[in-house]
Amino acid sequence: MRALLTRLSTALFLFWLVVSITFVLVHLAPGDATTLLVPPDASPADAALLRGRLGLDAPVAVQYGRWTWSVVRGDLGTSFATGRAVTSILADALPVSLALGGISLLLSFVIGTTIGAAQAVRRGRPLDHLLTVVTTTVYAAPSFWLALSLVALFTYGAAKWGFPEVLRLPAFGMRDPAGEATGVAALMDLIRHAVLPVAVLTAVGAGGIARYARSALADVVHADFVRTARARGAGPLRALAGHALPVALPPLVILLALALPGVIAGSVFVESIFAWPGMGRAMLTAIAARDYPVVMGATIVYAAMVIVANLVADLMLPLLDPRRRR
Amino acid sequence: MTRPARAGAAIIAVLAILVIAVPLVAPVDPLAVGDVLSTRLVPPLSRDEAGHFHLLGTDRFGRDMFQRMMLAGRISLAVGVLGSLLGAAVGTLLGALAAWRGGLLQAGIMAVADALLAVPRLVLLLLCSALWAPGLTTVVVILVGTGWMGVARLVRGEVLGVSARPYVEAATALGVPGRRLLWRHVLPNALGPAVVAATLGVGNAILLESGLSFLGLGVQPPTPSWGNMIAGGRDLIVIAPWVAIAPGLALVVTVLAATMLGDGVRDWLAGERTGTSE
Repeated sequence: MRALLTRLSTALFLFWLVVSITFVLVHLAPGDATTLLVPPDASPADAALLRGRLGLDAPVAVQYGRWTWSVVRGDLGTSFATGRAVTSILADALPVSLALGGISLLLSFVIGTTIGAAQAVRRGRPLDHLLTVVTTTVYAAPSFWLALSLVALFTYGAAKWGFPEVLRLPAFGMRDPAGEATGVAALMDLIRHAVLPVAVLTAVGAGGIARYARSALADVVHADFVRTARARGAGPLRALAGHALPVALPPLVILLALALPGVIAGSVFVESIFAWPGMGRAMLTAIAARDYPVVMGATIVYAAMVIVANLVADLMLPLLDPRRRR
Repeated sequence: MTRPARAGAAIIAVLAILVIAVPLVAPVDPLAVGDVLSTRLVPPLSRDEAGHFHLLGTDRFGRDMFQRMMLAGRISLAVGVLGSLLGAAVGTLLGALAAWRGGLLQAGIMAVADALLAVPRLVLLLLCSALWAPGLTTVVVILVGTGWMGVARLVRGEVLGVSARPYVEAATALGVPGRRLLWRHVLPNALGPAVVAATLGVGNAILLESGLSFLGLGVQPPTPSWGNMIAGGRDLIVIAPWVAIAPGLALVVTVLAATMLGDGVRDWLAGERTGTSE
């Protein structure tokens, strides 16, 4: 219980630091919001009026106090560009990113550990070398480039090499723009649109996870207790799944939390290229419009996700480890 | 060194020579725009109407892709190496300072590092690049500013560990002054993880620079970088995919080589420590 409280307070402290750092960064930047918001021919009086209305004329300490207090109350300010509350903009975008990222993270965990396990068992054999080349290459490839390559394959390539109808996957958007489909047909349409973005995010995540899983499992697969299990008559698959995996999995669950920032970052590009209305796209649109409140809000939400993921992984670790279970 | 590590080092060496040499001996200026209509969007491995051969085709202005990619490689490699090394240097300094001084300074440095590590690095990069005017210097500064935390943590741990070793105690007993102790006895023995992180960070820094440049927040055209070249081919992806694909291949090869080299350095240093290297 005490450990839980310590972890929680550390997480809260970290979150407060992130909120403060975003404030400091925005205030270190040259100029302030009024230079972007007022027309160039506006009088200094008008600019001062706007500064007053936005609360930018208050001392920095007061502004900082207001900013932290509003974050505590769950208010991230108002978008400069649209006048909407930042929280409502992000609340629209977050589910899209969570679904995209969550499915991809899950798939990349399953695929990544499977590849890593196969490599650990076949260590030093041709299969291991081949898979190392594949995972390292995917790991080295920028997600936006992978995404563009897939778009090229399914537009330019599909036309050039005459792909069959089933394989003509839509490369842009979340659903058919003309679609009036409902029920199952609408769901199928959504799934077809999701294939390419999910494939890119999964590939990027799986590449990284496989690299870790290989080294995490390699030590365990040849450990004495696994050899004992084999000697006592357990088949190779049973020795792997029943004896080696339970010991090697906990650190990999931590990896899931550590892989989250990567998937989030990847989704910024993927959402931008495949035109999915998620957090990444919201942030990029806001950056292009110099819409600071939205950019700051998105940063804070991303950080909160990472902090919560780390906290959950931290708390789950003792529960998962068979050696620490009573 | 392992075979992949040597291969990685060799690939990087060849790339470095290519990006320096090719633009020097190139017959035409890779930035100049000539007769656009007869030379634009020539596919790879073919000739334009004037009979010039283009290994990787041409872009929408008829500029040779291969030459531009080599010119862009100078920028991408330099930014990657500089960003990663400077970041590691700053991280080493702050980490060593934190461990050496302890107290409030240590608590402050480590708290900021932890907080920055809680924000996905790309998001942090996006936030910073939204606030400051984009450009080469900004990219490097931002890469350093968002890349020092991991190294600082590692170095702090190492310095704390090394400081407790008997030879440091012996040096203290012999009256070696504090600063000299840190520079001559502690830091050299605590640098291993920083070197690994710096090497592995090169690939990462190149990827991040290309990502920012792809989004238009990094290196600005007409200065070519692999990232903004891919961005330039983005709307041509349906009719001339090579314009976006080719610079990406250069990125993949470079980052792959840097990762192989970094993995090799890590394994080699790990072997060195436990005394099991070849």
